[in-house]
Amino acid sequence: MRVAVVDYDAGNTLSVTRALARAGAGVELTSEPERVLAADALVLPGVGAFGDCVGKLRERGLDEACREAYRSGKPFLGVCVGLQVLFESSEESPGTAGLGLLPGRVVRFRGEGLRVPHMGWNTLRVRGEHPVLEGLDGEAFYFVHSYHPEPAEPGDLLASALYGGEFCAAAGRENLFAVQFHPEKSSRAGLRLYENFLGWARGLS
Amino acid sequence: MDVDRGRVVKGTRFKDLRDAGDPVELAALYDREGADEIVFYDITASHERRGTAVELARRAAEEVFVPYTVGGGVRSVEDMRAMLRAGADKVSINTAAVKNPDLISEGAERFGSQCVVLSVDVKRRGGGAGWEVYLNGGRVNTGLDALQWLAEGERRGAGEIVLNSMDADGTETGYDLDLISAVAERTVLPIVASGGAGHPDHMVAAVRAGAGAVLAASIFHFEQYTIAEVKRRMAEAGVPVRWA
Repeated sequence: MRVAVVDYDAGNTLSVTRALARAGAGVELTSEPERVLAADALVLPGVGAFGDCVGKLRERGLDEACREAYRSGKPFLGVCVGLQVLFESSEESPGTAGLGLLPGRVVRFRGEGLRVPHMGWNTLRVRGEHPVLEGLDGEAFYFVHSYHPEPAEPGDLLASALYGGEFCAAAGRENLFAVQFHPEKSSRAGLRLYENFLGWARGLS
Repeated sequence: MDVDRGRVVKGTRFKDLRDAGDPVELAALYDREGADEIVFYDITASHERRGTAVELARRAAEEVFVPYTVGGGVRSVEDMRAMLRAGADKVSINTAAVKNPDLISEGAERFGSQCVVLSVDVKRRGGGAGWEVYLNGGRVNTGLDALQWLAEGERRGAGEIVLNSMDADGTETGYDLDLISAVAERTVLPIVASGGAGHPDHMVAAVRAGAGAVLAASIFHFEQYTIAEVKRRMAEAGVPVRWA
């Protein structure tokens, strides 16, 4: 299984590639749309601001490559801001359209006395059965974020966690699966998620 | 873990260093045993004016799958960027932040507060009134009041404090609880208590005093307790912990 990790100068691609390799993937870090489309599966990581990330994807033609990969049925994993940009918009960057693969928007954490960014380990609650979440209900994952998605379609919400209330921690549909937390920083449970993703991807392709 | 020329070392009150192994191997072991985070300090970087611990950060990315902080010799925003690109989740600054407090604000603006860790080595002032900030691995007393300095660090955008008590370091007689409560009263930043852990009960006491997390070195390096034993004791005392 050859997995393209989309490199658009936004974040910690090194940790993501190492974790995927550890889970058994052949990993290619690439910023070329053709290479992304040639791979068996793709992973879209991301750290930073929503608008900045969308802008960098566009500059390199990677936004279209991601849309095309999704349309063609390629197994697709989004991580952190790589999940957020799949939605239509974000409060973080008003006026910037996301990739729009999932209906809904991304909102900031609100709450009296709530520390933002939310940073730390939280328990995952699986809300929709999914092969990538197999065996992970109740496991702790590592989060670092100030915003979280609000899927417009309830069926797209696949897992949640608690921070000043329940928020969406994993979303997806069809060949698209994305998480708000960092599996590559979530020890054994995180490596299990990458293994699950690779298993699911093999079944799809 | 304190790293000196590529090896983990541990001393008492910053002296009499003993070898404790390879930092990345040890970190990978602690990851498997349930550590929630790892902190690496290149303890000789500042005073020997060597470069940053970027290579350590890069090696750790191969083996460590929990968040890790790297510090030592970070003097500029470019140094911070290199460390983050090499795989570190957070960068710890200490000496350079005191010499150039703008480094805190610039780092926070550029990379986000969540990856700017303000680390301080403090020692109780002679006469007992308050604590002073030391630099260069405990070699230089700045005379700066620790509480005032940490409040300024918070204003400038630091995301977390690693609070290291030089009086307690390596003694295994417990964290400096007065220090932890004093800092917790002055700032809302998460405090990582450091220095003095010798028994799981010390960790419970530090959390009750206001620490958001507890750091320990000797008791794990020299296998007095496992991480699981510490977590079990903390859970029994009512402190929420992650089970690995």
